[in-house]
Amino acid sequence: MVTRLSFLAVIARVFMWAFLLALAVVVVYPLLWMTLNGFKTNAELFGDPFALPLHWSFDNYQKAWNRGVSDYLTTSVLVTLTSTVATVFVSAWAAYGLTRVNVPLNRTLTAAILGGLMLAPTVALVPLVKMFQAMGLYNTFWALLILYTAFRVPFTTFLIRAYMIDLPREVDEAAEMDGAGRWTAFWRIILPMCKPILTSTVLLHILFTWNEYLFAMIFTSGTGVQTLPVGLTSLMSKHGTEYPVVFAGMVIAALPVVLLFFLGQRYIVKGLADGVGK
Amino acid sequence: MRATLRLVWVLPALVLVGVFVYLPLVQNLQFSTLKWDIYSGSQEYVGLDNYAKLVDDPVFWSSLGNNALYAVVSIVFQVFGALLLAALIESIGSERWRRGLRAVYFIPSAISLTVAGLLFYFVYEPNLGPLNHALQAVGLGEFAQAWLGQESTAMPAIIAMSQWQGFGYSTLLFAVAIQRIPSEIYGAAAIDGVGPIRRFVHVTVPLVREMTGLMAIVTISGAFQVFNEVMVMTAGGPNNSTQVLGTWLYRSGFVRNNFGYAAAVATVLFVITLGIAVAQLWVTRRRRVEW
Repeated sequence: MVTRLSFLAVIARVFMWAFLLALAVVVVYPLLWMTLNGFKTNAELFGDPFALPLHWSFDNYQKAWNRGVSDYLTTSVLVTLTSTVATVFVSAWAAYGLTRVNVPLNRTLTAAILGGLMLAPTVALVPLVKMFQAMGLYNTFWALLILYTAFRVPFTTFLIRAYMIDLPREVDEAAEMDGAGRWTAFWRIILPMCKPILTSTVLLHILFTWNEYLFAMIFTSGTGVQTLPVGLTSLMSKHGTEYPVVFAGMVIAALPVVLLFFLGQRYIVKGLADGVGK
Repeated sequence: MRATLRLVWVLPALVLVGVFVYLPLVQNLQFSTLKWDIYSGSQEYVGLDNYAKLVDDPVFWSSLGNNALYAVVSIVFQVFGALLLAALIESIGSERWRRGLRAVYFIPSAISLTVAGLLFYFVYEPNLGPLNHALQAVGLGEFAQAWLGQESTAMPAIIAMSQWQGFGYSTLLFAVAIQRIPSEIYGAAAIDGVGPIRRFVHVTVPLVREMTGLMAIVTISGAFQVFNEVMVMTAGGPNNSTQVLGTWLYRSGFVRNNFGYAAAVATVLFVITLGIAVAQLWVTRRRRVEW
């Protein structure tokens, strides 16, 4: 019986693998093409888009780097780092208050903070522009830092809060008996216990900030404050005829997050899985 | 006094969300009743005029239609397709292959929509793009065309790119949901001689139902907030054929200097996303009751 079944099973298996691998090719090929094009000359690119580069040189990468990508990268790194620290800290601080301190109106305040999850950034766009112009923050680094923090606090608080709720109460009692104040308990005991979820939220926030486009496009315009996603479109419009340089810029923008994903895969998956039920 | 002092813990989060998320939302409603030129600074109260114009605006309706099309196609690929794909991956015996495939499919979701959009701008490019070259190579040269340059093909081309970018994300989440199904259930099904197709229909699908519901809502909500990929690939053109609510809002306000009208578009977007959010709450609540 096993052998009779296995004939059909083998056919099904072959089809399944053919499909899975074909899909992998569809996903990987454009990315490979993009990376290879960063090494080509314009003539090579237009000559045969499928061919390998004739000689491997980093010229285009260097050109892209010198034509603004180094500035965009610096801004992206700066915005990402500061907003990650701010978002995770504010969120962990709030999550601690909502779960382990007897904050008055707890349910209402929880709903108020997590409710921010439901609102799409696009909806708030017009008033935000006016507000930031009035505050003199339009086209500054601060605009992005504030917006990325404010719009990601609900999601990040949601994840950290869910984790903190499940930490045993005895921890707090033990800390109190040792004479630890609230601040010490938060900083020295609860935060270290939350390390897995904090890692997840840090990685998810980095993925978000690094790739964010809407706010970055509307709230910044000069080279000194543009992040990579917006910078790439500037590079495209300024050096649109030198496609290989644009491709090199795209690879420089994509590489850090792809590496980050492979390094932190476990935490990113966990964060996504916990968070999708937001 | 001490109780009030404890509010310090939630204050930073509350202020940030209140000032930069909720306040603009309220202001948006107010702005949508103005005729507002941001450069001259002139503001004039016009009541519901902007909404009346909205109803008569064919581009608004086609934008809404494009968002809806986005939602339908994304449901097919990123909910049903992803569920099927995840089940297929999880049926593989080797953990290394499972992990490898999940990771490979996810890569496009890790790179930004800007990079993905620019990349496909080139893929669709009529002369150098590999899509036309591939069609010619397999003898389908007559289908080669300027994919993003024509009203009939631009929107499908953008939506196709989005599916490429996003399906790995939902596949990963469905894979996690399938992994959480107790293996005894599959063991029992195997003893009963249940084949893979019936196992998928009668075991996997019902047991990941909550994830399916949530993914459907996340996907629809995302489809109505589309902005980045359209902006990068066509900016709404040609002839407004790829306009979606997000880009139409941007164009009305920031390009045509009609911020009151843009605010009215934003209100529509708000009503739609709020409706979806309420549905989401309902799904999560129902799940809680069942547990």
